[in-house]
Amino acid sequence: MASSTNKTVTLPAGADPPLVTGNLGFHDITQLVSYHTEKRPPSAWYMAIAVSSTLLCVLLIMIAYLVWNGIGVWGNNNPVGWGWPIVNFVFWVGIGHAGTLISAILFLFRQRWRTAINRSAEAMTLFAVICALLFPTIHVGRIWVIYWTLPIPNQMEMWPQFKSPLLWDVFAVSVYFIVSLVFWYVGLVPDLATLRDRARNALRRRVTGFFALGWTGANRHWRNYEKTYLLLAALATPLVLSVHSVVSFDFAVSIIPGWHTTIFPPYFVAGAIFSGFAMVMTLMILARKIYGIQNIITMDHLEKMAIIILLTGSMVGFAYITEFFIAWYSQVEYEQYAFLNRATGPYAWAYWTMMSCNLLFPQFFWIKRLRRSIPFLFITSIIVNIGMWFERFVITVISLHRDFLPSSWDYFNPTIVDVLTFAGSFGLFMTLFLIFLRYLPMVAIAEVKMVLPESDPHYYHKHDSEGEEH
Amino acid sequence: MPQIFPRESNALPHLSVGALLAGSVVLIFLVWYYFSPEYTDVGYAPEQPVAYSHRVHVDQLGLDCRYCHSFVEVADVSNIPATETCMNCHEVVKPQSLALMPVRASWSDGSSIPWVKVHQLPDYAQFSHAVHVNNGVGCETCHGRVDQMDVVRLTEPLSMGWCLECHREPEKYLRPNEEITTMGYMHSGGFLEENLSRIRQEGIRPPTNCSACHY
Repeated sequence: MASSTNKTVTLPAGADPPLVTGNLGFHDITQLVSYHTEKRPPSAWYMAIAVSSTLLCVLLIMIAYLVWNGIGVWGNNNPVGWGWPIVNFVFWVGIGHAGTLISAILFLFRQRWRTAINRSAEAMTLFAVICALLFPTIHVGRIWVIYWTLPIPNQMEMWPQFKSPLLWDVFAVSVYFIVSLVFWYVGLVPDLATLRDRARNALRRRVTGFFALGWTGANRHWRNYEKTYLLLAALATPLVLSVHSVVSFDFAVSIIPGWHTTIFPPYFVAGAIFSGFAMVMTLMILARKIYGIQNIITMDHLEKMAIIILLTGSMVGFAYITEFFIAWYSQVEYEQYAFLNRATGPYAWAYWTMMSCNLLFPQFFWIKRLRRSIPFLFITSIIVNIGMWFERFVITVISLHRDFLPSSWDYFNPTIVDVLTFAGSFGLFMTLFLIFLRYLPMVAIAEVKMVLPESDPHYYHKHDSEGEEH
Repeated sequence: MPQIFPRESNALPHLSVGALLAGSVVLIFLVWYYFSPEYTDVGYAPEQPVAYSHRVHVDQLGLDCRYCHSFVEVADVSNIPATETCMNCHEVVKPQSLALMPVRASWSDGSSIPWVKVHQLPDYAQFSHAVHVNNGVGCETCHGRVDQMDVVRLTEPLSMGWCLECHREPEKYLRPNEEITTMGYMHSGGFLEENLSRIRQEGIRPPTNCSACHY
C-alpha cells in the first residue's frame, strides 16, 4: 500500500484504484444508501413497479389457467415433454448463481470489490431461485400433490425416487435457497440496525428493530457476526458448484444424445455464473444510475464483472466446441447426428443465436474501452441472457425433438401461454427486486465501510511505518 | 437509545425456531393420521336397500361366499349377485316376507336393486379379485369377518400403504387356497416358512411398482 502523509491517497502506478470514489466518508455511505429506503422512491421506480406488477398478474392468471386446464395448454407434447417450463427453470436457477458466487467464493478469496454488489446480487439470487422453483412446481401438472417430492410420511407409504436426479434437484435447489436466504439475512443484520437507528416513526423502528435482532454494534456482536459470515461463506461455496451440477444431472443422467455427456456439470456451472453476472450487471447499471450510487458501484466494479463474464463466456464457448469434438471423437452415430442436427437442423436458428450471443459477443470485452462503456455493457449483459436462455432451449428442445425413434420426430412450438408465463416470471422477479430496492439497503453499508481506506487500522499512522507492508 | 423491545423478546428467535420444527412435525403427524383412510373410511356401513344380513346367511346357514359372489375367482370385479341368485332360494323360502319386497319387485320388473358400494377403490387403482383369491389371499384378509356382520362394514382402510404392507411381505398374510373363503381362519404354527416356500415354488411376486395398479 502506498504511504502518504495526508488524507488524499496518491496511487503509485499499478496499484488498485479505490473501491469507493468521490471521497465518501463513513456517514456519507450510510446516508447515500439508507436514504433511498426512507424517502419516496424515484418516479422510475413507480413506472417499473407498474409494469412488473402487471406482468406478475399475467403470471398469476396464466398459472390459474394452467392449473385449471392442465399442462396441455403448453406446447409440451411428445416427443418434447420438457418444453419451455424446464428451459425457464434452468434459465432462472442459472441466474441465481451469481449471488452466492459473489457473496461466498469472492468473500473467501478476499475480493474486496464484491462489497458494492453483493447485497443486491444475493437478493437477485433469491428472487431468481423463487422464479426457478415456480416452473418445475407448475410443470408437474398436479400442483396439489407437489409435496410428494418431499420425503414426508404418508398413508400411501410412498417415498420419492431417491435414484432420480429430479429429486436431487428438489433438494439441491431448496437447500440453495435456504442457505442463500440465511446468508443474505445474516449480512443484513448490521444494516437493519442502521435503519432502525435512523427510523423516525415507531412502526419502522419496531419492524427493522425486530429483524435487527437487537444488534448494537458491540465488539462481541461483530466477532460473532464475522465468524458466522465466514462459516456460512464456507458452507455456501460448495453449493455454488453443486446446485447447477445437480441441475445438469437432470439431463446428463439420461441417455438422450445431446444430454448424455460428462461435460455437463462444469459447463452448466460456468454458464450459470455467466448468466448470473450478466443479470447483476443489467440490474446494477440501472440501479446505480437511478439511485445515484455511481461512487459505490463504480466503473471499476462493472469492469471486473465484465471480465468475469468474458472468462465464463469463454468457458461456455469452449464447452460448446468440446461437445462437438467429442461427438466426432466418440464415433457414436447418434451423438454425431444430434450435434449436426443442432447446427444444421430445423432449430439451427436457435443454435446460432446461442453461439453468437454467448461465444461471440462477450469476446468484445477483451477491448478495455468496450469494458468501460456503459451502453455496451448494458446491451451485452442483455444479449448474454438471451443467449443463455437459448442455450437451455437448444439443450432441452433440440435434443428431445429427434431422439432414437424417427417416427416420433416432431417440431416443437410454444403456445401463447408458454410465452406469457415466461414473461410473467420476469414480472415476479422484477416486482420482488423492486420491493427489495424500496425497503432494504441495496448496498451492504457495513461491508462497504470496511473497504474504505479509513477502515485500515493503520490509516492514520501511515507516517509511522513508512514503506512497510501491513 | 431506549429499548424497542422488552428483554423477554430475546427468547423469541429460539422459540420461533423450536415452534417451527415442532409445528411441522405435528402438522405432518396430523395429516398423516387424520387425512388417512384409516381415520376417514374405516367403519363405513351404509344402509342398504334390502336389510340383507351376511351373519344369517353365512354364519347360521353356511353359504359359501362364492355362491353369491360367483365371479370372484375368474374376474377382476367380484360381482354383486343378481336378483335371480336371491330368488333361487327365496322363491320357496319366506316368499311372503315384507323385508324381501324390493327383491321381488326387482325380480318382477327386471330392475336392479340399488345396492350401495362399501369397498370403493379409486378409479385410478386397478385391482383384480381373481389374482388375489387364486394366490392365497382370503376374503377375510381385506373384508374382515363378514360372517359376523348384519350390515357390511369397511374394516380395513384400503389405502395404498395398507395394500403395500401385504405386497411387501405376502408371507404374513397368505393362506392355503382351500381356505380362501374361511372366516376366522387361524394360521398354523410355522405358517411363515410354509408360505415362504410356497411363494418360492409358485413364483408369487406381488409387484410394488407404480404401474402394477396405476395404469
